[in-house]
Amino acid sequence: MLAVFGHLDATVDAIAQLRRGGHTDFTVYSPIPRHEIEDALDQPVSPVRMFTLIGGIAGCAIGAWLTLYMSYDWPIVLGGKPIGSIPPYVVIMFEMTILFGALSTILGIAFNALFAARRLGTVAYDPRFTNDKFGIFVPSEPAQAGQVESLLRGAGAEEVRRA
Amino acid sequence: MAETSPSRVTYDFVTRAIARTLGNPGKGYFALLAAAVALLGVGIVCLLFLLRYGLGLAGYSHPVYWAVYITCFVFWVGIAHSGTLISAILFLFRSGWRTAVYRTAEAMTVFAVMTAGLFPLIHIGRQWYFYWLIPYPNERGLWPNFKSPLIWDEFAIGTYFTVSTVFLIMGLIPDIAAVRDVATGWRKKLYAITALGWRGTNEQWRHYARGYLYLAALATPLVLSVHSVVSWDFAMAIVPGWHATIFAPYFVAGAIYSGVALVITLLVPIRKLFRLEDLITVHHFENLAKLCLLTGMIVGYAYCVEYFTAWFGGHAAEQAAFWYRAFGPFWWASWTMIICNAFLPLLLWRKTIRTSILALFVISIFVNIGMWFERFVIIVESLAGEPFERFANATYNPTWADWGIMAGSFGWFFMWFLLFVKNFPAVSISEVKEVLPAPQRGKARVS
Repeated sequence: MLAVFGHLDATVDAIAQLRRGGHTDFTVYSPIPRHEIEDALDQPVSPVRMFTLIGGIAGCAIGAWLTLYMSYDWPIVLGGKPIGSIPPYVVIMFEMTILFGALSTILGIAFNALFAARRLGTVAYDPRFTNDKFGIFVPSEPAQAGQVESLLRGAGAEEVRRA
Repeated sequence: MAETSPSRVTYDFVTRAIARTLGNPGKGYFALLAAAVALLGVGIVCLLFLLRYGLGLAGYSHPVYWAVYITCFVFWVGIAHSGTLISAILFLFRSGWRTAVYRTAEAMTVFAVMTAGLFPLIHIGRQWYFYWLIPYPNERGLWPNFKSPLIWDEFAIGTYFTVSTVFLIMGLIPDIAAVRDVATGWRKKLYAITALGWRGTNEQWRHYARGYLYLAALATPLVLSVHSVVSWDFAMAIVPGWHATIFAPYFVAGAIYSGVALVITLLVPIRKLFRLEDLITVHHFENLAKLCLLTGMIVGYAYCVEYFTAWFGGHAAEQAAFWYRAFGPFWWASWTMIICNAFLPLLLWRKTIRTSILALFVISIFVNIGMWFERFVIIVESLAGEPFERFANATYNPTWADWGIMAGSFGWFFMWFLLFVKNFPAVSISEVKEVLPAPQRGKARVS
């Protein structure tokens, strides 16, 4: 069951009613991220942050390993400084932290958001959802369809169709 | 932005207005593109001569071995900085006005780093040995010297290029999906592939918004670090005029200054060519002008500090270097820099000038001329006037090979930039919508 909404508050109402009605596996489409929708859905915090943290720590470690290993592998005294001098290596460690942190964040988004969309490829969609309409897709048994439809229409859907 | 945009700017209006920029752009666009390609051609011809006859063509003479190419390198890296400033730092500060201009700035960043990256390669003379910079185990088991600022620079620029490119692509995904859904024909196929399956579901937005926040948080210290590292290429050396602790903040402020000025220079014609007056308003230009004014005054302050420290430090070599800078054979470059960068932008204190598109366009061009000369002054004059080399006084002058390759770099940059704005949404569709009031069934609430 795919509903198209023209208004944000109507969408939020419909989400609240669906949740009260015990639906959990519905999908909300919106042209922009809105806190109202997030709050209504009450989802857990995205796991992307773990990707960022692990990537950043790994990058810093790789930076430290790269500089120290390469210095001690062929020790040459430069400018009378210790073979492994930490202060200049901090620059490399910092850059590697950012590089690996950013790349693993991208991987986190890709794994969680983009590739996941392929799995849900059969879920109904309407091209207006990236323009100016909000949408809710509710998978439902044929027996419940009528009830879901009236719920969505009651919340203010402009259009409800069976997908 | 809500209070500055006409009320007819709705979600649908934004999508249509920006999708329209991907259509036929008219003769003006193709004329600009042809000019850019022609300039690039000039650069390529000069580069071929340089490859055939060697770096002697670049007018190097002892002790000036870093000259126009390194000047261009620092100039283009500097240009690259405002993009990430506007897209990441202002994102963290929740500045709504950035949404209309950040895509242009970010694309400019990526293409400016691409341009900057060419110059160290041109400068080394034997381009086919560039891979010596990369830490790989060569046949003698030697590794790069990580105590050298030049290797820091390679890591910093490499990271910056990678991160700013992925940041640009991330921001583009929801917008490509939006133009996919209104496009027809072969474009629809292209955007369907490049949108990577984006549909704007709650799950996608949840991960995307989080990830974008972290990317911005990572990019923010990166912006500040990259030009600091570039400045240490100079500040870590003992050459008078280079060896200064103020260099890192001085370079970062200068970089953002020149970058914001170029954003203004680029936005004026784009707004006109693609008729985006409703989305990019005078309000946006005024805010950019304020950023320019702020960073310009930091740069002006840094100029004062440099001369003051030279005098107050009482070091003969330092004093000689700065005397040479102001009154030596290159006095014209120094004064061009001071007038364009420290005095001209003071005009921006006046609101009438900040809100005049023409005045901003002219000032922004002068700022960029001034900022190019700033790098020339720092690099070439410090080397030419080096007091340790009194008997090798340089008669350095840039040659046609220098100017040609510099012109080519502008052609290269503008070619990529123009191709980008024609083929991808040059203004962020989803982020501009975020600052508009959302359509509500009840009374319209401005969020």
